[in-house]
Amino acid sequence: MKIFSFTRLAFMALAVLATPALVSGAGAADTPAASVKLGDLVISDAFARATLPGAEVGGGYLTIINNGSAPDRLLAATSPSAKKVQLHSMTMVGNVMKMRPVVGGIAIPAGGSVAFTPTGFHIMFMGLNAPFAKGSQIPVTLEFQKAGSVKIGLAVGGIAATAPAAN
Amino acid sequence: MNLKTIRIGLWGLVILVCLVGAGLYLAPRAPAKTSFGGGTYALVDENGKPVDQNMVIGQPSMLFFGYTHCPDVCPTTLADMASWFQALGPEGKNLKAFFVSVDPERDTPKVLKSYVSAVSDRITGITGTRPEINKIIKAYHIYTKKIPIGTDGDYSMDHTAVVFLLNSKGKYDDTIDYGATPSVALAKLRKLISTS
Repeated sequence: MKIFSFTRLAFMALAVLATPALVSGAGAADTPAASVKLGDLVISDAFARATLPGAEVGGGYLTIINNGSAPDRLLAATSPSAKKVQLHSMTMVGNVMKMRPVVGGIAIPAGGSVAFTPTGFHIMFMGLNAPFAKGSQIPVTLEFQKAGSVKIGLAVGGIAATAPAAN
Repeated sequence: MNLKTIRIGLWGLVILVCLVGAGLYLAPRAPAKTSFGGGTYALVDENGKPVDQNMVIGQPSMLFFGYTHCPDVCPTTLADMASWFQALGPEGKNLKAFFVSVDPERDTPKVLKSYVSAVSDRITGITGTRPEINKIIKAYHIYTKKIPIGTDGDYSMDHTAVVFLLNSKGKYDDTIDYGATPSVALAKLRKLISTS
């Protein structure tokens, strides 16, 4: 009797443990990959922040790794989700926030990486067609000088998300 | 008139210019260091209700200057303030928070209300006419600069992005820097509340 119940308990535990794996496995087919490869470039950790009601702008973030031996350059980002998309840098100079459009693109060094984070570069969406809702995906096309273009989905997290939501 | 008289006259003029120059250089600096906050201004809150310099009197306050066309710092700071309120619980029941727009041309009370109230009902959006907003910006020594981004009249606003802590008399107590850890922020808030 005792052995039977332990066995049953083990099966139940296994079932519970397996559930999230099955769910995330099923979901993976519908959502764009969390990481995209384009030649020597790997783009990962793509996310956006949910926008507050009334906000006309939103920020998108990702990491670009260059595994190649030649530098590349991110020239532009476009998206059907906003009227205008720009590449911006945000810096805190003393206690002053300064945001600037990046002129001439962003260099992705050979063998290096560039991270867009809420304390550095961001993809600036201006004139949103709809508020960025948590849990949705914002499609973005990135245009590189050498590698060409690639489409990626930014997973929308919370209003102050600092990283993609863990799956 | 001999050469000596002219020379003395010229040196006199040089001294006079130096004195006037030094006076002009030093004069505007002195008052800037002596006052922080205060002043008078007539603004409106997110419901269109008139508010003035007395909004920060009578309770401890957090004061932050920002704008809604700001993707990084402003939503982050609002979310931080909301989390501090939550962490303080009943301890922070008298604490107020104000989000003052540095971009009143775009931040109408209606825009501010939907933006700010989505984060916390404890934070009040403040806007007003440009001349009156400029008065509060000056009173708190806030740096702001309009930066054109693109060709269609779009712009961003460089601005001082710290949270000012004011005691119940409206006097400066401390600041919380952007990105401060919750423990640092909460320690400063608890000190503010206990001494207000």
